[in-house]
Amino acid sequence: MATIPNTEIPTTDSGTRIDSADLADPQFLEPLRLQMLKFAALQLSDPDLAEDAVQEALIGALKNANAFGGRAALKTWVFAILRNKIADVLRKRQRLNEVSTTSDEDDDLDRFFVSDGHWQRNARPTSWGEPASALESRDFWRIFEACLEHLPPQQAQAFMMREFIGLDSPEICSELAIGMSNLNVMLHRARLRLRNCLENNWFAPGESSC
Amino acid sequence: MLSCREVSRLYSEQQERKLSLLESVNLRMHVAVCSACRQFGRQMTVLRTMAQSYARSPDSKQNSEGDKSGPDDPRP
Repeated sequence: MATIPNTEIPTTDSGTRIDSADLADPQFLEPLRLQMLKFAALQLSDPDLAEDAVQEALIGALKNANAFGGRAALKTWVFAILRNKIADVLRKRQRLNEVSTTSDEDDDLDRFFVSDGHWQRNARPTSWGEPASALESRDFWRIFEACLEHLPPQQAQAFMMREFIGLDSPEICSELAIGMSNLNVMLHRARLRLRNCLENNWFAPGESSC
Repeated sequence: MLSCREVSRLYSEQQERKLSLLESVNLRMHVAVCSACRQFGRQMTVLRTMAQSYARSPDSKQNSEGDKSGPDDPRP
């Protein structure tokens, strides 16, 4: 089981010890590591590669730990390193060619809305009852994961940066080199798809009320 | 009156920014008469809670240390 090597504190080039209270603090580090792992695993569809990428990103950040002013800056930095590592792997796999095109995205909204902007009958949101109880169910999380995996890659990436890692919109825009309206479009579509997937597979399977 | 498509867009953007007064008023007028969009609005908040608990939970998919509280590994 790969964990962060806390027995081996990396040293700077000059040989002095890194002393970063934040990265040494398991209360801070462990949640961050888990968030990054979830992100990486879903992006790479490979838990081992994800584990490696996260570990490299954290070690990379440790080497530069002294340069950080605060936890928010550190988190953004660790995550930027992680995204580069993921992008390398994906590039090697030629998967970047698969990112969704505009025509895919047009289809997206047609799945949910008719031309006058009303909900498609089978995509109309219905009540989720007591959604909090779903959070206790392992089966629910399996569905949740499967729904995330079915998002187009770019939408999934934007959604996870926002909701898993908790980066704010301007940070995501600069990371992905896109404009705010473009990001909003991606997040809107991701949320529509996820919502629909969760409803059809968990909250109201087989139901298409009108 | 806003369309359901527009309302869903505003609910999504509400997760990112504070809506303008006009947007909020239009949104409220629409959901007063549209239960589907009312559900959608609630579900956007729920979706965020879910994503956050998912990202923070230990996961047996990556952690093979026998954590019993995490979701089961759905993969072979």
